[in-house]
Amino acid sequence: MSQSQEERSIRCLVAKVGLDGHDRGAHVIARAFRDAGFEVIYSGLHKAPDEIVQAAVQEDVDVIGISILSGAHNTLVPKVVDGLKEYDAFEDTLILVGGVVPDEDKAHLKELGVAEVFGPGTSMAETVEFVRKNAPER
Amino acid sequence: MTLSTEELLEGILEGNHRALARAITKIENRQDGYREIVSGLYEHTGSADVIGITGSPGAGKSTLVDKMAKTYRDQGLTVGIVAIDPSSPYTGGAVLGDRIRMASNVGDMDVFFRSMSARGSLGGLSTATADAVKALDAFGKDKVIIETVGAGQNEIDIVQAADTVAVLVPPESGDNVQMLKAGILEIADVFAVNKADMDGADRTVQELEEMVHMDDGHVSVPAGHHGMDVEADVDMPETGENADVDMTDTGDNADVDMTDTGDNADVDKTDEGGNAADAPEPWETPVLETVATTGEGVDAFLDTLQAHANWLRDTGRIEAKRRQRTAEEIRTLLREDAGELVERELATHGGVDALAGRVLDGETDPYTIADEVLEPVEACLDAES
Repeated sequence: MSQSQEERSIRCLVAKVGLDGHDRGAHVIARAFRDAGFEVIYSGLHKAPDEIVQAAVQEDVDVIGISILSGAHNTLVPKVVDGLKEYDAFEDTLILVGGVVPDEDKAHLKELGVAEVFGPGTSMAETVEFVRKNAPER
Repeated sequence: MTLSTEELLEGILEGNHRALARAITKIENRQDGYREIVSGLYEHTGSADVIGITGSPGAGKSTLVDKMAKTYRDQGLTVGIVAIDPSSPYTGGAVLGDRIRMASNVGDMDVFFRSMSARGSLGGLSTATADAVKALDAFGKDKVIIETVGAGQNEIDIVQAADTVAVLVPPESGDNVQMLKAGILEIADVFAVNKADMDGADRTVQELEEMVHMDDGHVSVPAGHHGMDVEADVDMPETGENADVDMTDTGDNADVDMTDTGDNADVDKTDEGGNAADAPEPWETPVLETVATTGEGVDAFLDTLQAHANWLRDTGRIEAKRRQRTAEEIRTLLREDAGELVERELATHGGVDALAGRVLDGETDPYTIADEVLEPVEACLDAES
């Protein structure tokens, strides 16, 4: 009987990792996700990878959007990925990276398990659409 | 990784965080199997103290909850938190921001913090919250805190899933007429005037106390023991004033003052606990002062919550409260399930749109339709009785 009552909502964690104080982009994305009907948990600034993992696991999010504009993505993203693996949360979490990432780093991030890297100029609609299409089935 | 209902249940009882998180998602989404999970958890619940924190937006709830969790952790207790934020009535989307304030418990998995949005459909939110609290309780958390914006009836329902309810009131939140009309104040077991270092805190404390004591006028209160309480209460605003004055001078002095106040409050509370065991005393809602950002007054606040929990136990009111809550739970569940059945019945009558069309065409009216749709149900009930 409960099937028909089911109301699933895509849960996203918008995360700022490391010493990077630029959160305009994260705010804009959080808002766009909210307006798309997602439930958005915003991490706040200057979070350690561990905190992001803790939040992702406890909140049981479908999507993690990591916003990095500091250039430290090659250091920070692997730590988040490892942490998720530790809690068996890696496989059914869609990991996105947004920010300033050089093309030559994108392949590496994708190898790690990042589903997509969104650079400057990406439209909100594109990001929202990507999440809708790729949010893990649970 | 999809865990079966049994695996989730097992995981929760074994202390697996991932299983707990996934189970709460299922509960929230009312996904297949959530009923089995909750009924499986039931026998393991009842050991946690459930505390509800509510108050207007910006009152400092999340910051206080963070400090509460930290203090409990320092005492070696484990903490579960469910924080509810509003969701958009148009898109259903939400930004859940309470987690940002949880700065004191970074990386500590024994503080399990879960944000929930007020998905606002079916009135099922209070059920989902209560069930999430059960999951945290069964998981083995010593203290479970429900945090919610106190803006409407829905929130009051949620908070009533708690044994002890604290209402946070920021300074300058209106004159005593506001205090009278705000229905949310009636559910408080404890008041905390947060941001007590701000101007106007004393006045807010006084007004709250006036209100609390006005309430006493209706309930006949035995003298003696309460005299002491009143004294303690009256002392508070003075201390608050001193603290304010000190604040402007030197921060350090103010801290020392506050700690003193905390200790005094402790002593009072212990006394009260002792007396409560002798004769069932009514609970007089205390008005406390806290500064959540610095943690001032938090110890006294937690002691008061504990005193209330003890009082509930000593007077046996906890059973009455839980019985009432469970009864309400059964009713809500039945209403939801009956609603489902009615939806099915509606479908066999051609769906609600077609019926609405008939009303608009002037063929019939909503009351007649309701009677028609429920006719078979009534027939069944009549046959039973």
